[in-house]
Formats: sequence, structure tokens, C-alpha cells
Amino acid sequence: MKQIAIVFRRELGAYFATPLAYVFIVMFLVLAASLTFYLGGFYERGQADLEPFFVFHPWLYLFLIPAISMRLWSEERRSGSIELLMTQPITLWQAVVGKFLAAWAFAALALVLTFPIWITVNYLGHPDNGAILTGYLGSLLMAGGLLAVGSCMSALTRNAVVAFILGIAACFALLLAGLPLVLDAFRGWAPPGLVDAIASLSFLTHFEEIAKGVVDLRDVLFFAVTMVCFLAASVVLLELHKSD
Amino acid sequence: MIKTEHLSKRYGTLTAVDGVSFEVRPGEVLGFLGPNGAGKTTTMRMLTGFITPTSGRAWIYGHDVETDPIAARSCVGYLPEGAPLYGEMTALAFLEFIADLRGLRGAARRTRLDTVVQRLQLEPVLQQSIETLSKGFRRRVGLAQAIVHDPAVLILDEPTDGLDPNQKHEVRLLINEISRDKIIVISTHILEEVDAVCTRAMVIARGRVVADDTPAGLAARSRYHNAVSVELEKPEQLAAAHDTLAGVENVTSVEVDERFARLTAFPATGTSILEPISDRMAHAGIYVTALRLEAGRLDEVFRSMTS
Repeated sequence: MKQIAIVFRRELGAYFATPLAYVFIVMFLVLAASLTFYLGGFYERGQADLEPFFVFHPWLYLFLIPAISMRLWSEERRSGSIELLMTQPITLWQAVVGKFLAAWAFAALALVLTFPIWITVNYLGHPDNGAILTGYLGSLLMAGGLLAVGSCMSALTRNAVVAFILGIAACFALLLAGLPLVLDAFRGWAPPGLVDAIASLSFLTHFEEIAKGVVDLRDVLFFAVTMVCFLAASVVLLELHKSD
Repeated sequence: MIKTEHLSKRYGTLTAVDGVSFEVRPGEVLGFLGPNGAGKTTTMRMLTGFITPTSGRAWIYGHDVETDPIAARSCVGYLPEGAPLYGEMTALAFLEFIADLRGLRGAARRTRLDTVVQRLQLEPVLQQSIETLSKGFRRRVGLAQAIVHDPAVLILDEPTDGLDPNQKHEVRLLINEISRDKIIVISTHILEEVDAVCTRAMVIARGRVVADDTPAGLAARSRYHNAVSVELEKPEQLAAAHDTLAGVENVTSVEVDERFARLTAFPATGTSILEPISDRMAHAGIYVTALRLEAGRLDEVFRSMTS
């Protein structure tokens, strides 16, 4: 636990050591707000809820989450500091989890900073704050799932840009797994069971359930299992490639 | 104590390290010598647990590096090749990070950090980010992190590579200073370093240990061992000097270096030729500016073993 906390602290600090963190947070806030007000029609709908805010999160995350996760491991391998880190008395698991949690905390911070929209909607009307809280929870879980995918992609390469692009591709596939765009590619030949299985992997479907205010344990579990699986994959990939 | 048994690492068809077995005891400074790509770094990476051996085993103070990696790593301080660090951190934050990972807490942590900062003279750069530091300071930060927990075993991969002569000297002083009752393993391809710091030298070529001896013992394998070099005041006496040397008992051959007016006489095995040469030269009226008994040349031994 201690080793995880130490890695977590260093990694979170590293985000703020470069301008990347500030650029990221500003971009996230500006994009989230403009999408909500212009594309989402926040005022025009005349409803006191944050649905037009949450509905764009998957698409924002598609580009922004890989930007957070791209350097997690690719940078360690490029600079060689992974050799320094992995010869300390720390297991690969502890390092992977510590770094992941730092990235997740950073995403959580960006999410928390969207609070003015929550104040706005409370000022304008009487929204269901329970549903809003659930929306935030769903968004945070989805960010965690995508970050675990991003961590795995970052473990694949020494190049941060490649990690970013792989991250977008993997996140895109997982977000859209429930849509015809992805499913049609399988329908022609795969057994229906497999198609259903792929459809059930869709981040979008699971997120939308939670964002509507319905906390189903299965959706929460889905994201938790996704995180564990992709972090385990990161550990395996790093074990194989760390010294390349 | 470090012990390895038939340690090997293969990458596909390439064998980087091929059945290396050795033991190192406290107080020893072991130098890995060898050309680039000989397997020095790979061996060190297996000792520090960064890569797992394909076959064979290694123990650090009884802890198997594969089955008990955390305990093994806890005894070891390691400076990887090129001293990679986290560039965006300040030197102080970085050393604190390593001290935390090494499990140092409270007063012990502060004392150890103060000690390494003082010993490596890092005081003036503590608040600077590592990427803005000069190469010499970066290497010192790398060394500081390796010794911050006062490890029983110190493994340094080319610790002086790329440093200027003054910085090299400082690093060697540091190694000599801390070598008492510790195990130090360094790798290098700078031969003068072996004489300067090592008590034992291991020559590695193509993944195998080809020699394991003291630096003096290694030098004694040179054909220059016990040879006598003579430098002349007057180059025009070279021919006369050559004939004189060749006439000395037990001299098997004589080499002439015209550029420096220098001759080297090689003795028959186990014989001493210094005194007879000195006598004969004086007799023959040859003016000598330097007369030297050679201990042996490491670079020549190194080349003959590794090429």
C-alpha cells in the first residue's frame, strides 16, 4: 500500500510539473461547457438537469483520456527510468496501480472543476441532485475504465504519440462496441452469442445507464472488472517488454 | 554476498549471457570488463532483478533474485547505464522519492538524505529540476539515489562514462571511500579504472567469463609483464642499443619504437633482465634517459582476450 501511495504522489506531481496538466484541464472545461450549451441546448431544453452535460463526456474522453494516459509507461521506457523504478523494492503491480490511480485522480480533479455547471443548474431550477451525483459517478467510472485501457496501450510502446493514437483507437472500439458500426462487422459471421458479448462490452451503454441516474451494480462492476483486466494486461505487457 | 550459478540470458537465438558463475564477498570491488555488447549490462540487470534470467540462478545475501525479488533488491543500490532519472523532478524531490520507496522514514530519512547530499555535494542544485543539470551533477544525483539507503551491495553500470577527468576522479574517490565491508560491482571499458578502484577484475566476452583475477594478476598475463623499456637520449644510438639488448642473457626479443627512441626487451619466462640490461648499457656507453620494468599492459591483455 505504501509503495502504491509513493508512486501515486510522484506521478500526480509529474502531471503538474509540465504545462500539459493545465492545458488539459482548460481544454476539458472549455469543451465540456461549450458542448453543453451549444450542441446540448442546455437553455433551450428548459429542463433543470445535466443530461446535455454528461451526454458528451464519452466523446470528450475519447481524445482527452488517451492524452492523460499516453506518457504513463511509454515515457518511462523511452527515458530508461523504468530500470530505476523497477529495481526499487516495489512490485510491477504496485507501480502499475500507483500510476493508474494518479491518472485517475487527475481526471477526477478535472471533473470536479466542472462544478460551476452544477451551481448554474441549481440556480436556474430544482434539479434532482441525486441523479447529478450518479452522473458524475458514472463519468468517473468510465474515465477509470478508459484510463486502464490507455495504461495498457502506453505499456505497448516507447513512443508517447503512438500510445496516444493506440489509446484513441482502443477507446473508440470499446465505447462503440454496442453500436451497429462495430457490431455489423461481426454480425455476418460470428455466432449471436459472441455478438451479444461484444455488445455488452460497450462503455457507452453502461455509462448511459448510470448517467440517467440508475445505479445498477452490474454497470459499476463492469467498469471495475474492465479496470482490473486492463491493468493486469499492462503488468503482463510490461513484464515482457520493460527491458526492450 | 553475491552468488550466481550458470546465469544465462538468451534473446531468441542471441545468447547475451552464457552460463556465468561467480561469488563476490564483502570488501571486494569487482570490475566487469569487456567490450560493448559483451553481456556486462545484462548480467547487472539480472542481479538487480530488472530482467529475469533464462536459466541459472543468482542470490543477493541469500535472497534469490527471481523468487524473492523485493528482499534481494532491498540490499542493492543500482545505477543503471546512462543514469536515467525523472527529468521533470527537482533533485531533492527525486531523492526523497527514492528514499520513500526504500522505506526510509522520519529522522533516519532526513539523516540519510543529508548525508548523501553532503557526500555528493548536491547542495547547490537541490531545488533545480534534473533536466537542467549538467551531466556531472546528473550522474551525482544518480549515485546519490543508489547509496541513499546505505545498501550492502552497490551495482554501478559504467559510473564514469561520459564524465570529464575531474568528475571521473571524484566518482572513483567515492567508490574507494564506501567500498569498506560493502560489495561493489562496477562495469567499465576504461581500463585505468580497474587499477584505480577494483580489487578484482572479471573479463567478459561474448557472454562468458574469460578471466577472473586481481588487476595485477591480469596485467601479469601480458607479454609485457617483466619486460624492460629503455629510452635513449640520442636516437642515433638506436642500432647500437638494439644489438646490446639482444646480446643480454635471457632476452628473447627486442622491439624498437623509433618515434620515441624507445626499445623494449622481452625476457624468457621467469627470468629477470633489468639489472643485466642496466649494466650492459652503461658499459656500451649508451645514454639512457629512462629505464622501466613493465608490470604488464591491461589493454593488451584485454584485446587478446576479447577480440
